[in-house]
Amino acid sequence: MAFSGLSRLVTELCSTLRHNGSDQRESPQKHYLEGNMPTQTILITLVALLLFSYFLGRKRSIAVSMSLNEGETPLHSRPQYYGYLVAIWAGMPAILVLTLWSSFNAPIISSLTVASMPETQNTQSADSIGLMMNEIINLAESGKAAEHSDSVLRNAATHYQRLQGISSLAKTAVVFAVALVGMLIGWRLISPETRARNKVETVIRWMMILCASIAILSTVGIVFSVLFESIHFFSSVPPTDFLFGTTWSPQTSMRSDQVGSSGSFGAVPLFLGTLLISAIALIIAVPLGLMSAIYLSEYATPKIRAFAKPVLEILAGIPTVVYGFFAALTVAPFLRQFGEMLGLSVASESALAAGLVMGIMIIPFVSSLSDDVLSAVPQAMRDGSYGMGATRSETIKQVVIPAALPGIVGGVLLAASRAIGETMIVVMAAGLSAKMTINPLEAVTTVTVQIVTLLTGDQEFDSPKTLAAFALALGLFMVTLLLNIIALHIIRKYREQYE
Amino acid sequence: MSNSSIEKNMANAEKPETRDEFNVEIDGTVGSPFVDNPKMSSRNCDVFYADKQAIFNVNLDIAKHEIIAMIGPSGCGKSTYLRVLNRMNDTIPICRVTGEHTLDGEDIYAKNQDPVLLRARVGMVFQKPNPFPKSIYDNVAYGARLHGLAANRSELDDLVEASLIKAGLFKEVKDDLLKPGTGLSGGQQQRLCIARAIAVDPEVILMDEPTSALDPIATALIEELMDELKANYTIAIVTHSMQQAARVSQRTAYFHMGHLVEVNDTKTVFTNPEHKLTENYITGRFG
Ligand SMILES: Nc1ncnc2c1ncn2[C@@H]1O[C@H](COP(=O)(O)OP(=O)(O)OP(=O)(O)O)[C@@H](O)[C@H]1O
Ligand SMILES: [Mg+2]
Repeated sequence: MAFSGLSRLVTELCSTLRHNGSDQRESPQKHYLEGNMPTQTILITLVALLLFSYFLGRKRSIAVSMSLNEGETPLHSRPQYYGYLVAIWAGMPAILVLTLWSSFNAPIISSLTVASMPETQNTQSADSIGLMMNEIINLAESGKAAEHSDSVLRNAATHYQRLQGISSLAKTAVVFAVALVGMLIGWRLISPETRARNKVETVIRWMMILCASIAILSTVGIVFSVLFESIHFFSSVPPTDFLFGTTWSPQTSMRSDQVGSSGSFGAVPLFLGTLLISAIALIIAVPLGLMSAIYLSEYATPKIRAFAKPVLEILAGIPTVVYGFFAALTVAPFLRQFGEMLGLSVASESALAAGLVMGIMIIPFVSSLSDDVLSAVPQAMRDGSYGMGATRSETIKQVVIPAALPGIVGGVLLAASRAIGETMIVVMAAGLSAKMTINPLEAVTTVTVQIVTLLTGDQEFDSPKTLAAFALALGLFMVTLLLNIIALHIIRKYREQYE
Repeated sequence: MSNSSIEKNMANAEKPETRDEFNVEIDGTVGSPFVDNPKMSSRNCDVFYADKQAIFNVNLDIAKHEIIAMIGPSGCGKSTYLRVLNRMNDTIPICRVTGEHTLDGEDIYAKNQDPVLLRARVGMVFQKPNPFPKSIYDNVAYGARLHGLAANRSELDDLVEASLIKAGLFKEVKDDLLKPGTGLSGGQQQRLCIARAIAVDPEVILMDEPTSALDPIATALIEELMDELKANYTIAIVTHSMQQAARVSQRTAYFHMGHLVEVNDTKTVFTNPEHKLTENYITGRFG
């Protein structure tokens, strides 16, 4: 079943990439679903064939090894490896063909359909052809193509249906032919000279590499899509304005003769807001989390630990939207009243309220990870310190924490990136006004909040306002990337020193 | 009891006197467990791990400036008893120690006694080398820094160097003092731990199989060191090597299943043991 999961992933990935790459407004979901039914049947049959080839290969190799005479070289590998080998030969090329076919099926058929249409239709702009294709596909799938009034569409839809039918039939035939040929090749390979075990090992290695590269490629794909849209954005807004501008008001007007039609996209206040709130959150979470981790791992009795650790971890399981309204409805009004008592003016949506609650939220990221690494420090190391006449807190400070530092740093950085990317709490509690301030009592806004507001509601896809979201996302990504690089650097340096 | 001695006893099972030997009653300690004016002493010592008793009614004195060797089969409680003497067992929550234990006549388990200060006076080298994840220098300087033994950097440098020289490690590491202690070989790590222990200048040093990871040359170095240290310190050493016990110690204590069976001059223990169990153990090993 791993194969089917993999190929689905590949198909999905391909259609996503295709969607991102071209601007045509087709629905990849549709193609995917529509091509899916026969593909699924083929896959199931293929898996059955794979199993069958495995047993066939195994049996054959046992037979071969029985037939060998005394003194002849015995089979190189154990029978199951020949089984795997035959199955691999039967499965891999077939699945490759299937994947390729499925991913190129839709665009080829679409363009064939378009090409078959009268001149007037297929010289339109790419966008309207896309729209028309959607309509044709819908029509073809509804099964009512023959009843449609427009003869052009009707013809196109029936043509589409016919192509689809041929393709699916051909696909089935080709895939199974490839599978059978593969099986035959595998079968012929069963002999003492074939190092089946090593070959299977190589295939497994390449499969692992493939899986890893899919993960990496998706990341790269996302990064590039964000990057390209950002470049698009920067073609209308100068990067210097974005990076160093201190005014953020992305509202562009509908008509160009209105005042303030251009909008201004200075991202500094947003990043400042993110920084402020994350800093407040970390100021809360790092000491609290670290102290509770130290308490749990060094001082608490096993009973207390068994109770307290899961309770702390529940904090991480609370949905952020709950934290959000807790911050907005409970903490913020409380801070306001408290501030009034002291004669301070606290905004009803303040950075402090959001930061405080976010700090509570990320405590378990710090504490749980730190607790794990602290507990993993060997008792012998503590004993060594106690044996020198060190107190418990000296031992913790001088031996246990240094030994656990990479893990602790990892936990803190994880918490930090969590804080930077957190959205719900700040949407609900931090406000929308982009102010250049580091006063925690005022309302600020963050990068994530602005991405949300830019993209909710009706948007024109090409307007700088929408594209600004990509630029912000790119900035956010850069910051977390930098954070990770720093973390890795610290950890590596530390390792060199102490391992 | 070691395997070979059990086998031997099985083989002679028909002879009445050896059958006797097989279930010897352990009734108190034979030999001479007590000395005048001891450095450390224990009376009626019992140790429990949760409900399991690991040490049964041990009475023992350790004389000033002597090296006492503790021998016995694996699991007989040597390490446990050693840890009683500097209250390291306090760090094990399930461990309970009873009896009277003194250092220079002072009750070390008294309410007002600080185990932390005690451990600075009664140092320990552990069975498994356990250097800190710090540089070699910082490992040795650790205790001195804790207890403020050096007034300035150059004094600390001297102390570190002297301790490393005594432990026979200095030559090997003198150019790498800032490299991590955990990067040394097992035997070097153990010598580092010894250097670390003597750097705080304790009165008593408890050594739990300090040379089990060392080659014969390093072992000889450590044994020489112990011989030197004897002039100023009192040493208790647990060892599985009877040759080592015979070489370095003045007195030897034989533990058996949590009981202190025999304490005598090392020479007596190895040439003319009083107790059958001691004899079994020694002959089992030697012959
Ligand atoms: N931390 C502990 N928790 C529970 N039981 C323990 C603990 N440490 C030791 N024991 C038990 O106490 C008994 C004595 O152990 P100890 O470590 O003192 O033996 P030993 O004589 O040092 O053995 P070895 O020569 O193998 O080091 C053993 O039965 C052991 O199982
Ligand atoms: Mg031991």
